[in-house]
Amino acid sequence: MTIRFFVPRDAAARAVGADKVAATLRDEAKRQGIEIEIVRTGSRGLFWLETMVEIETPGGRIAFGPVTPRDAHGLLAGGLPLSASHPLYLGRPEDIPFLKRQTRLTFARCGIVDPLSLADWRRYGGGRGLERARSLGPSKTLEEVTKSGLRGRGGAGFPTGIKWKTVADTSADRKYIVCNADEGDSGTFADRMMLEGDPFALIEGMAIAGLAVGATKGYVYIRSEYPDAVRTFERAVLLAEAEDLLGAEAGFDIEVRVGAGAYVCGEETSLLESLEGKRGQVRAKPPLPAHKGLFGRPTVINNLISLATVPWILAEGAEAYAAFGMGRSRGTMPIQLAGNIRHGGLFETAFGVTLGELVDEIGGGTQSGRPVRAVQVGGPLGAYFPRALFDTAFDYEAFTARDGLIGHGGIVVFDDTVDMARQARFAMEFCAIESCGKCTPCRIGSTRGVETMDKIIRGERSAANLKLIEDLCQTMKFGSLCALGGFTPYPVMSAIKHFPEDFVRPPLSVAAE
Amino acid sequence: MSLRWNEAEATAIVRRHEGREGRLLPILHDLQAAFGYVPEPAIAFLAQALNITRAEVHGVVSFYHDFRHEPAGRHVLKLCRAEACQSMDGEAFARRVLDRFDLDWGGTTSDGRVTVEAIYCLGLCASAPSALLDGEPMARLNADSIDEIAREVSR
Repeated sequence: MTIRFFVPRDAAARAVGADKVAATLRDEAKRQGIEIEIVRTGSRGLFWLETMVEIETPGGRIAFGPVTPRDAHGLLAGGLPLSASHPLYLGRPEDIPFLKRQTRLTFARCGIVDPLSLADWRRYGGGRGLERARSLGPSKTLEEVTKSGLRGRGGAGFPTGIKWKTVADTSADRKYIVCNADEGDSGTFADRMMLEGDPFALIEGMAIAGLAVGATKGYVYIRSEYPDAVRTFERAVLLAEAEDLLGAEAGFDIEVRVGAGAYVCGEETSLLESLEGKRGQVRAKPPLPAHKGLFGRPTVINNLISLATVPWILAEGAEAYAAFGMGRSRGTMPIQLAGNIRHGGLFETAFGVTLGELVDEIGGGTQSGRPVRAVQVGGPLGAYFPRALFDTAFDYEAFTARDGLIGHGGIVVFDDTVDMARQARFAMEFCAIESCGKCTPCRIGSTRGVETMDKIIRGERSAANLKLIEDLCQTMKFGSLCALGGFTPYPVMSAIKHFPEDFVRPPLSVAAE
Repeated sequence: MSLRWNEAEATAIVRRHEGREGRLLPILHDLQAAFGYVPEPAIAFLAQALNITRAEVHGVVSFYHDFRHEPAGRHVLKLCRAEACQSMDGEAFARRVLDRFDLDWGGTTSDGRVTVEAIYCLGLCASAPSALLDGEPMARLNADSIDEIAREVSR
C-alpha cells in the first residue's frame, strides 16, 4: 500500500526547506521500508504553516506543519499512520479556519493538485471552461465575461468583458493575448502561486480569451524575480502542447517571456514595449492596447488572476460569479496578507470583507506581537491606512473614496516600530529607482522627493519642506503619464496625513565647524 | 560559463531565437546566462545581428536592472528591500549581511566569492525577510541565516 504525501514545491515552501523535507521523508521511508509517493503540489497559501505536509488517508488528506527538515525525520519515526496527537498535526486542511472561511474559485485547485499533472487538472474541473466557451462561440463567451462583472485584477479594475469586446471588434491581421505576470508589488504573490500551483488555469483562461477575441498567440510575461515560477510554467506549456491543449490543434500558442528587473514593466504599455525588445517606456493612451497593442496589433493585456478566473466563470456561469461581492466589485478577490502578520497567506473571498477583519481576525494581527500601526494596501503605490480606517470594505470604490486603492490585493502590515517618514522616503526612492524616465515629474520629482524627505528626517525646516512635498506630489500626480509617478503621492501623502507625528523631527545637531 | 566574449557562442544564441518577435530580451538573458554578464562587444554584435543601432542596444541593456556590465562574484545574493520585507526588519538584516561581507550594495568581495545586490520583491511577502541565493529562494531570514549564507558562498 503506497501512502501518498503532498509536499509543496511553491517557492515560499522551498524557501523554508520544503525540498529537504521531501528528501528526508523519502530517505526515512526507504530506511523503514515504507512505500511512499511524494507529490509536489503548489501551496495552499497558509504560509506560516509551510512547509505544510499532507498525507492521504481513507478519510481524506490530513496536514502537518510547519515541518522543518529536522521535523521530517521524526515525522515517520513512529511509523504510520500519524496520529492527531503529533505536535505538528493540523487536521484536515479544509477545516483550518484560515482556509475554511475562504471562497476559493480562482484558487480552487492550488495546493491540491500536482501543478504539472493534466490528469489532476481535469479531475478537478480543468477544461470545462474552454469546452463551454467552444460551444458558446466568441460573442456569447464575451457576454459571459461581461455579465460576470470581472474587473481587471492587476489594479486598474477595468471591466474585463469590455476590454475583450474592444479587441474582438477591431480587425487586424493578427491579435494577441498578453498575460501580465510581472507581479512587482510588494505584498503580492497570487500570480506567483498560480504559476507554480495551477498553471493550466492560466493556459485555459488565455485559450478562452483567444477564442473570444480571435487571437491565436499569447505571451506570458513573468518577472525574472520569480525563477521557480518561470521554470514551472515553461514546463506546463510544454505539457499542454504535448496534449494538444496548445498548438496547431488547439488553435492557440503561448510563449513565455521573462522580465529583466524593471518594476515599471508591470504597467501594461511598458510591458508591451519590453515584449517588443525595447526599453520599458510607458506609452501614451490613446491608442489603447485593445486597438493598437503588441506590435501595433489589437491586444488583450490582462493580469494573470483576471485570465485565470475566466475558466471558472465559463464553467460555472457568469451569474454564479457575479453572485459574490458588493457594489460594483463582483466576484472574489485573492487577497494577499503579508508583512509583519501572524497568519500571512492567500485569502480568496468575496469583495466586502473589511480591512480590520482581514488584518485582525483573519491575519491574527502582527507576527511581532506588537500593535498594528499601519497597513499598506495595493502595493508600493498604495496608501498607508491607520487603524481608524479599518472599517473600509475591500471594494474598489470604497478604497478610492478614502484616497486608497486595492490594487492587486496585497496587504502589508507594519507594527508600531515603523517610521512612516522613512516609508514615505522609500516611496520616493523606489519611484526614482524604477522610473522609466519619460516624465520629468516622475524622473526628477522622485529624486528631489528623496532629498526633501531626507531634510525632513533630519529636522531641517520641516514645515516648509512638508509643503514642498505636498506641492511635489501634486505635480507628480497630475504630470505623470502612468501610475508609477502618478500614484507615488498615495503612500507619501497618506503617511503624512495619517501619521503626522512621524514628520515632526527635532533638528539633528550639526557638528561644530 | 565562459567569462570571455565568444562571438561563435553569441551567434549560436542569436540563431536560437530566430523567428521570435521582439527577441532582444530573450537574447540578452541567454547572453548573460552564458557569459555571466553582457560583454561590451555584445552591443555592436547585436546591433549588427538585429539590424538596429548600437544606441538602441545600449539603451535596452542599460534600462533593465538585471543586465550586468561586468561579471558578478561566484555567488550572487539578492536581498529583498521592498515593503513587506522592510516590515520584518529586512533593512537591518541586510545591513548585517553587508557588514559581514564588508560590502556596499551591489559590491563584490575582493576574493570574488559573493556579490550582494538589492532586489525588489520575490513574492515571498508572507515569509519575510527573503532573498535569492544563486537563484534559490530563502525566507524567514534571521541571524542564523547569515551564517548559513556565509557557509554556502564559501563553497
